[in-house]
Amino acid sequence: MDWTPAFARVIGEKSSHSRNEQNSSVSLKHMSKEENISWFADIGLSDRPSVGGKGGSLGELTKAGIDVPPGFVVRTEAFERFIRKLDKEEPLRAPVEALDPDDLEKVGAVTKAIRERIENEPMPAEVENDIKAAYKELCGDDAKSPVAVRSSATTEDAEDASFAGLQDTYLWVLGADETLNMVRSCWASLYSVESVCYRRRQNFPEDGVAMGVVVQKMVDARTAGVMFTRSPTTGDKSVITIEGAWGLGSAVVSGEVTPDRWVVAKLTGEITTRDISNKHIRQSPKEGGGIEDVELPEAERTAPCLSDDELIQLKDIGRKTEKHYGKPQDIEWAVENGSGKILLLQSRPETVWSAKDKAPVAEAQDNPMKHVMNIFGGKRS
Amino acid sequence: MSDKPAGFPKPSSVKVAEGTEAAQAAYPYYMQFEPEDDDRFWFYNSMHFPEPMHHFDMVTAEAAYCALGSSNTRVHSLPTTLGIDYRVINGRVYIGGNAVTDPAEIERRTKEFEQRAFYYYEHWERLYDQWKDKMKTLIKDAQELPSLELPEFEPLENVHAGKGVASNHYLLETYQKTLEGYFRMWHHHFEFLLLGYGAYMVFFDFCKKAFPEITDQTIARMVAGFEAEIFKPDDEVKRLARKAVELGLEGKFGDNVSADDVIASLEQMGAPGKEWLDELEESRNPWFNVNVGDGFYHYHRSWNDDLSLPFSAIPGYAAKIKAGENLDRPMEQLQAERQELIEGYRDLLSTDEERAAYDQMIGLACRVFPYVEGHKFYCEHWYTNLFFNKIREFGDLLVKNDIIDEQEDVFHLTRYEVEQGIVDVMTSWSNGSPTRGGKRFRAMVEERKKAIEVWAGMDSAPALGPVPDIIDDPAIVMLWGITRENLDIWMKGPADADSNEIRGFAASSGVVEGTARVIKSVKEIDRLKEGDILVCQVTNPTWAPVFQKIAAAVSDIGGSMSHAAIVAREYGLPAVVGTGQATSRIEDGQRVRVDGARGVVTLL
Repeated sequence: MDWTPAFARVIGEKSSHSRNEQNSSVSLKHMSKEENISWFADIGLSDRPSVGGKGGSLGELTKAGIDVPPGFVVRTEAFERFIRKLDKEEPLRAPVEALDPDDLEKVGAVTKAIRERIENEPMPAEVENDIKAAYKELCGDDAKSPVAVRSSATTEDAEDASFAGLQDTYLWVLGADETLNMVRSCWASLYSVESVCYRRRQNFPEDGVAMGVVVQKMVDARTAGVMFTRSPTTGDKSVITIEGAWGLGSAVVSGEVTPDRWVVAKLTGEITTRDISNKHIRQSPKEGGGIEDVELPEAERTAPCLSDDELIQLKDIGRKTEKHYGKPQDIEWAVENGSGKILLLQSRPETVWSAKDKAPVAEAQDNPMKHVMNIFGGKRS
Repeated sequence: MSDKPAGFPKPSSVKVAEGTEAAQAAYPYYMQFEPEDDDRFWFYNSMHFPEPMHHFDMVTAEAAYCALGSSNTRVHSLPTTLGIDYRVINGRVYIGGNAVTDPAEIERRTKEFEQRAFYYYEHWERLYDQWKDKMKTLIKDAQELPSLELPEFEPLENVHAGKGVASNHYLLETYQKTLEGYFRMWHHHFEFLLLGYGAYMVFFDFCKKAFPEITDQTIARMVAGFEAEIFKPDDEVKRLARKAVELGLEGKFGDNVSADDVIASLEQMGAPGKEWLDELEESRNPWFNVNVGDGFYHYHRSWNDDLSLPFSAIPGYAAKIKAGENLDRPMEQLQAERQELIEGYRDLLSTDEERAAYDQMIGLACRVFPYVEGHKFYCEHWYTNLFFNKIREFGDLLVKNDIIDEQEDVFHLTRYEVEQGIVDVMTSWSNGSPTRGGKRFRAMVEERKKAIEVWAGMDSAPALGPVPDIIDDPAIVMLWGITRENLDIWMKGPADADSNEIRGFAASSGVVEGTARVIKSVKEIDRLKEGDILVCQVTNPTWAPVFQKIAAAVSDIGGSMSHAAIVAREYGLPAVVGTGQATSRIEDGQRVRVDGARGVVTLL
């Protein structure tokens, strides 16, 4: 196969690896008892140590009755089994732990070798079989049924923005073999130069490093994008900001297309802002796998990519998700081609504004009348 | 007009239009610009006075500013502001605030304010009930002013009763009482107004801080009442339309049938026609005492003076009723929606502390809002209507006594000149000589008619004089929505004339494209066709029946809590208000897009 998997680097995705040793030791302890695979319906946020943040979130959404593309998680136990096997054959973790993050040449050489091993050495048979079986259950024998393969870091702690991770998402992956390859690529990304240097600087123990991998049906998106249940520009919790563009959401999250942007009031459903941009391309699935940029005709570029009805549906889904989690969320969504069904691809807590919540806007007064002094007292700010 | 980016033209640089000098000089001296006015900031009050002022109509400015100022300066002692100064040039009213800036003085005034305004807030309901009684008494007094009779001989019974005062005296007395009532009415108008707006603004500001992207209209929806007087006239028209359908009379109404003809044909048809006309009488008193404008000008006639406006709405309502549509405003649903909004926003606040403050503020805002919404009907509509109609009687008197030619000419005279004319008539009646003013007054009327025409065709600077660094005068911010930000936009004025967008306050959401109908005066209202976009200087809720026809509304003047905005929301029409320039930039018949949520009008 000569195609290079197109991947979208998910801008803003945070992954700090294994800062929390407790998490990883828990997963190690129970490793032997645990399965290699979990379906979304069976997991939730509390399973993060074994399924990663993204997998846990998709499980949580499924539990909350919110539509997500069906799929499963290759649990950290599978990763552990593979790494343990490799480690036995030739030490892997110890050499990484011994690296000096300032010796880039050496880091480069060591990590390259490790990535090649992860990508090429045979997996433990049970791991490979479990993934293939789950794949078959998800896609049947249809080699034309595409999946997305997405890394799901265990300590993808969204509140920790110190390390903008470079984890990968592979879209439009076809067939069980290619899926296995992409799972390997996700695992290998933990041994990128950047990730390893970061861990070495932070002095994180290598045996706490693990990763889940999400495999889910690919949505053939007519329109996709992101939504924030708290305004990214003002922090307003009463509005939902929706950004979207034609085709797959990767174009929006990567910033390749300036998306249309709307602001919808949560309570009234009023659409208070409509910025329709010139969306010059659409990202679409490519014949034979992967995705490509398709130039759009003029009329389509400036046409809004969502109807008012869809905006309201998105708003409702956003509110439901936010209520389920009990705090504002950043959400990735897609509108399925044909069916028009709205699916969530990801939801994670909003981090920017919640970190800077400030003094109350006003305080109660012993006499409610005193509030009018804000207007009449010449103290108006 | 203003090419100087640093500020607006000085008042002294504004020239009185050629040929109108005498008309300008005829306004009383205390409203003329003087050289020392150059050092102050003035803005054109086009919100209340969008058209050039007839000389008599300046009484509205006099009475209103006298009352507003008293309330601010002396009655409630607003800490940071005194009253409003006003001037008139080329028929346009410019006003300037009078801020208090000395901290010691603010503190002194604050102590007074707390004893005065707080008392009003505390006893709001009782005082407002009392206010309505006072207004009703005032209205009754105005209704009962005697008609203007000058019999040839004094009635014998007056002589035998030893009355001792002859009929001509009562002309002067009635005129003075008419004016007195008008000035008094304006005091009542401002009795609660600033306090009401202030309490509303407190809540408004809080919402804007807590929810920076909340729309003004959503805040207004949280406090607005549903049974406010301003909705009543339109409700009555709907009721009459329903009655017409019930009685099978709706065919009598149509675009080309005058109100008089409708009434005549209903009178002819016997029982059903009479039944409907009885219902009409019921509605007229008091609900048709509603003006087709703000009531500030004598020509803002009421529905009672001209039934064509309410009648023109009947075919549309009747068609909807026959199509099975329910025209009733769904009160329970509106109440429930409002409650849901109030609770929904409350839930979104971050802390219980904020929620406690929110509860206090919205409590106060809801408490004061019935007055903010309701006073207009009693003051600007019912009373001003009675007032100007009484002045028309004096117009008739002057016509009958050979002083002017037409009843309406009386409005070209100042209130002092009218009194001169009355004394002329009194004198003539008493000494048996003809009146002496005819030649003089007719010439003045002629001169001023021309002046109004000239002034109406002139552009006026939105503001004059140096721009203040900040506009912190609560009265000006609240009543006129004038902020430093607005002024910067005004100053740029012609700079963005190339842009095809006009911005204003987002008053009612929705997006609509259509044909703009630029209505510069209420007389043109019948040019509006189904689906047109109304473009006018100032929108007014009493144009309500027009709202069932139009697709959107755009105005030069008005804030998002203006009654116009409320009615637009009620009708679910997009509205952009306070654009400053819609009527001058949009051509009649032009296609435009109105985005009421963003407050943008796009010229297509």
